[in-house]
Amino acid sequence: MPRRTDIETILIIGSGPIVIGQACEFDYSGTQACRSLKEEGYRVVLINSNPATIMTDPIMADAIYLKPLTVESIMEICEKEKIDAVLPTMGGQTGLNLARDLFHRGYWEKNNIDIIGVDIAAIDITEDRQQFRDLMEKIGIDQCRSRTAKSLLDAKEITEELGGLPVVIRPSFTMGGMGGGIIWNEDEFERKILRGLELSPVHEVLIEESIFGWKEFELELLRDNNDNVVIICSIENMDPCGVHTGDSVTVAPSQTLPDEHLQKLRDAAIRMMRSIGTFAGGCNVQFAVEPETHRLVAIEINPRVSRSSALASKATGYPIAKIATKLAVGYNLDELKNQITGTTSACFEPTLDYVVVKVPRFNFDKFPGSDEELSTQMKAVGEVMAIGRTFPEALNKAWQGMETGHSGLGADGFEEFDRKTVRDRLLKPYWDRSLQIRNAFKLGASVEEINDITSVDPWFLQQIRYMVSLENRTEGQQLKSITKEDFNELKQAGYADKQIAWLLSQSGGKTITEEAVRKQRLKLGLKPVFRVVDTCGGEFPAETPYYYSTYEQQNESIVTDKPKVLILGSGPNRIGQGIEFDYSCVHAVLAAKQMGYETIMINCNPETVSTDFDVADKLYFEPVFWERVMDIWEHEKPEGVILQVGGQTALKLARRFHEGGFKIFGTPFEMMDLAEDRGKFSKLLEELEIPFPDYGMATNFEEAKKVAKEVGYPVLIRPSYVLGGQGMRIAIKEDELEEYVSAILKTHPENAFLIDHYLEGAVEVDFDSIYDGEQLHEAGIMQHIEPAGVHSGDSTAVLPPYSLSDKAIETLRDYQLRIAKKMQVKGFINVQYAVKGDDVFVLEANPRATRTIPFIAKATGRPESQIGVKVMLGSKLKEFDLTSTLKHYAIKEPVFPFDKFPEVKKELGPEMKSTGETIYFLEDFNDEHFRKPYEFKNLYLSR
Amino acid sequence: MTNSSLQTAWLALSDGTIQQGKLIGRPGTTGGELCFNTSMTGYQEIFTDPSYVGQLMMMTYPHIGNYGVHPDYDEARRPMVSGVIVRAFSEEYSNHQADGSLQQYLYHHGITGITGVDTRSLVRHIRDKGVMNAVISSEISDAKELVAKAKQWASMEGLELATKATRSEAQTMASEENLFKVAVIDYGVKQSILKNLISRGCTLRVFPAKATFEEINEWNPDGFFLSNGPGDPRAITYTTATVGRIMADGRPVFGICLGHQLMALSQGIPVEKMFVGHRGANQPVKNMITGLVEITTQNHGFGIHESAVNEDKAEISHVNLNDGTVEGLRFRKANAFSVQYHPEACPGPHDSRYLFDEFTERMKAAQ
Repeated sequence: MPRRTDIETILIIGSGPIVIGQACEFDYSGTQACRSLKEEGYRVVLINSNPATIMTDPIMADAIYLKPLTVESIMEICEKEKIDAVLPTMGGQTGLNLARDLFHRGYWEKNNIDIIGVDIAAIDITEDRQQFRDLMEKIGIDQCRSRTAKSLLDAKEITEELGGLPVVIRPSFTMGGMGGGIIWNEDEFERKILRGLELSPVHEVLIEESIFGWKEFELELLRDNNDNVVIICSIENMDPCGVHTGDSVTVAPSQTLPDEHLQKLRDAAIRMMRSIGTFAGGCNVQFAVEPETHRLVAIEINPRVSRSSALASKATGYPIAKIATKLAVGYNLDELKNQITGTTSACFEPTLDYVVVKVPRFNFDKFPGSDEELSTQMKAVGEVMAIGRTFPEALNKAWQGMETGHSGLGADGFEEFDRKTVRDRLLKPYWDRSLQIRNAFKLGASVEEINDITSVDPWFLQQIRYMVSLENRTEGQQLKSITKEDFNELKQAGYADKQIAWLLSQSGGKTITEEAVRKQRLKLGLKPVFRVVDTCGGEFPAETPYYYSTYEQQNESIVTDKPKVLILGSGPNRIGQGIEFDYSCVHAVLAAKQMGYETIMINCNPETVSTDFDVADKLYFEPVFWERVMDIWEHEKPEGVILQVGGQTALKLARRFHEGGFKIFGTPFEMMDLAEDRGKFSKLLEELEIPFPDYGMATNFEEAKKVAKEVGYPVLIRPSYVLGGQGMRIAIKEDELEEYVSAILKTHPENAFLIDHYLEGAVEVDFDSIYDGEQLHEAGIMQHIEPAGVHSGDSTAVLPPYSLSDKAIETLRDYQLRIAKKMQVKGFINVQYAVKGDDVFVLEANPRATRTIPFIAKATGRPESQIGVKVMLGSKLKEFDLTSTLKHYAIKEPVFPFDKFPEVKKELGPEMKSTGETIYFLEDFNDEHFRKPYEFKNLYLSR
Repeated sequence: MTNSSLQTAWLALSDGTIQQGKLIGRPGTTGGELCFNTSMTGYQEIFTDPSYVGQLMMMTYPHIGNYGVHPDYDEARRPMVSGVIVRAFSEEYSNHQADGSLQQYLYHHGITGITGVDTRSLVRHIRDKGVMNAVISSEISDAKELVAKAKQWASMEGLELATKATRSEAQTMASEENLFKVAVIDYGVKQSILKNLISRGCTLRVFPAKATFEEINEWNPDGFFLSNGPGDPRAITYTTATVGRIMADGRPVFGICLGHQLMALSQGIPVEKMFVGHRGANQPVKNMITGLVEITTQNHGFGIHESAVNEDKAEISHVNLNDGTVEGLRFRKANAFSVQYHPEACPGPHDSRYLFDEFTERMKAAQ
């Protein structure tokens, strides 16, 4: 059946601010949905409160509402826009819950609005544990034994029934598995049950037989109106059951299931999807498989696109959200083409001739005291995906993209471990499990031993042991004496030159550098080839420029003779560096394309829009890791690189680009470097006669004490070269200072740290602008409601300022221009100020696209990211229309993950803790969106 | 085990392409038509599929051997491929139910294979140049000699191979329910096809490929099944008369793969050698009667072109969505239907098993 003609205007509900469990994967799916519907000529109306999304860009939809995600907003929009249908499956649990709420109120029916892409009755079943159980029983799908408890007493009885602890608990209707987990012992039973009951909006908790240690699998499905179902991807969790899939290391395709059992999963998944209503769209099913018997139990089914479907799309090349949207408006799978090959059918099951590994990224460092043990409640804030021809290659590459300082799975200097710590760390699931498995092999543990402790499938362990055997073979060798064959084997297993250098330096001789390894490697003729992600294992030619690197013979990425720009993405999401940078990356691509460049994107975050295969002219799904970036540079030979849109990830590589003589577009490297160097920057401010808080540098406590006395308490102390205020603290007296200094020295041992006088009672201001050498474009001045000392990412910011004096604003503008000029800025320049009355002090300057650029773009209706990038590439500001559409005020409201870390107190300070933000448009200051944060502005300020 | 501890082996294609890798299975030299399979699981089912007699099987998925081997996954009593080619062989495995490793299995059955070769570049090579012969050797390292050997290897076109895959004597396999008697003509039948028939109440008598119609008819079956098998269907001339008689008989006939091709030939529908062939477990096939799509397992290098199917000879019941090739026929002048693909799967999706039900329904209707 072709597209429906009885509907014209379709509403898409977004997922709102980034929170743990619901991140920018929904911007990816929402963006695909918008484009997919517009391609078909529908009128698209969109609601999302998250300003940092691509989906809320004017080009994505016909009408965009940056409004709070509430039923009231949706009803208001429906009345105004004459909505014919609503597509609620692209906005995660938030979108679905809103649609469901309105469904139960009878709103959709009353207003004659079709719900497409999902069956609400189906959602009700899948979200209600008992109903789901009953249904599964009816269709003959095995499950873990379980029952729902409505009280603590219930819970005790049910636990008895199931044969006692451990049991798994799952509160009904919570997002990202919130409140869920394993109860191991009596001590925690009462507390965890009560919390679960409280968190569940219907005050129900499912208590379940523990399948801890079983193998876990996921299948991603698509179904059309004709009831055709295809499996797009199978995913195996390396972490066995007990760890939320979002917190697990996962691998695609499944590795350890014989076909017989994989087909059982497939059959069961199809039966399950067909049993839950009659909708056309995407669906995710999770299974557990008992390793000894291969007994298969269904865990859950999610009838919508998800984090896993984003991963599956990037892993296979199959654009799930895009196709799911087409199915929702009436197409059948056999009427659509496979967009990767361009010639074959979309109604097929992708086959991979490579291995995909996803490793989650955590931010426990931001929440001291939080429980780091992984469980069924998701705690990861982001993830890295890597593609390799083999599991070892993909696993090493994933760790190269993590930006945790690692150069792969170990062999990179994080080598201080002993048998006991490794064993302790393996007894329970933690974020670094795969690293610790590697360490255990390094210490001589056996596959059986590690399997016994962790239940990780022996196949994965065998692969990691193989990696360690390569390491052991390499240690003690001379660089020049490694044979080409052995060298190639290391590279094929994903080892970075840096890891090889580290291994070769272990023999006690002289230290071998990464550069020396690279040189020797190239001398041996070993360089990577680039392979196409083609959905079909090479069976058909593919049109899509989506590549990964590997060490084999035939290169598939053909270099054109067009001028090229390399754009570095921002890697895994984490607190302080999230979707905002993906937004700027996408715009950088668009801007550079418009300037006539061929755009080449490098990124490793599967949740992003920038890694959609049809955004950049060429996508390299690779770690933003020096060696990998350089390999691509040498292959493509671009004119230059854009580093200023990829957050700290990309900026960290600036020095190496500069020293290697590679062109960086925009502001000169020296000036970017100067901005990071407090000493040099202060000198520049002194020259400009611009005031800044007293500060000093120190490398140990004695020095720190002296500096603190000089600048005067309270002081702000932080390591240099960090983003998101990592490790930053306010100390009001000497003993606190000592505590913080020792903490910093532990986490950042090589870093000098800065001690600033903390300006009490000052107002903080963020000033984003673009400078082209002649003219300064004032993108936006944002005044924070919370006092200076609360990280700018965590504060509620108002654009334009609401209480600054005219004189102060005039001074801000004057300083901003002088700084931009002096720093020879070409492109973005953000300066943060503290304002006390009419006095303005400079806190720091960032000559790059900041977290607030997308917020300002949405508030003003100006494509600030594109303007900035075009200026970097040589455009002048006078070529742009710079008028703002902002009528009154826009307010940026942060969102925090404290509900995920119940053991951590809510307190705000110089270290950023928020995961996301929303935008809200104010008319006056009586609005509670202003009044409330204003009232509470001092409440959470801490150190 | 690292690569350097394995013995070196070579792969040479008849067009001169050479790759060096490491030996797996038994040391030696072997050759055949180089084909590839895109199924990500089910290596044991594939290696033991009798349709692959005379072929070197290259798996596009890199990790092969991960879950060892198990007798249930044998489609024949031993591997039927001439050799195997993989990118990253798992000598060790993980599977509580497995009998042993794939390495032990290949060694035991005398199969020579190679690992560590750039399989993807070879797939792309064949895709562009068409299928060709190749040899794998752990003994010969001289490139010229290897290529010469590959060139000399008999071409699949015109090759009769069913006699190498069939059985020597007829054999009865009883079904407990015993609802129907099905005569299976074994050109290299897969075990899972027999299992699918037996589980539907069919008692089978499996006849060698050269069985005559009289021999078969003597058993008085309710229906006939023409199996899959290796080689060029046009070369299996000894069975032409038998197939013709079966098709003219009036009792239900069902054919899979080679059987499908033989049935088509018997009705005057020509069969051609394909440029690359279909081998994998993800091929979309549309059932033109129901409009539903099945994801199918396929394994064929010969096929029927749409234009060759005359409206009065057969109806095209199934079509491949990727390239429009004929996947299923309902014959006008016979109580017969057939598919080019493998509804028994093994490995692959079970979407098409309804065809076995259709066969039993036809027999029921005829009873």
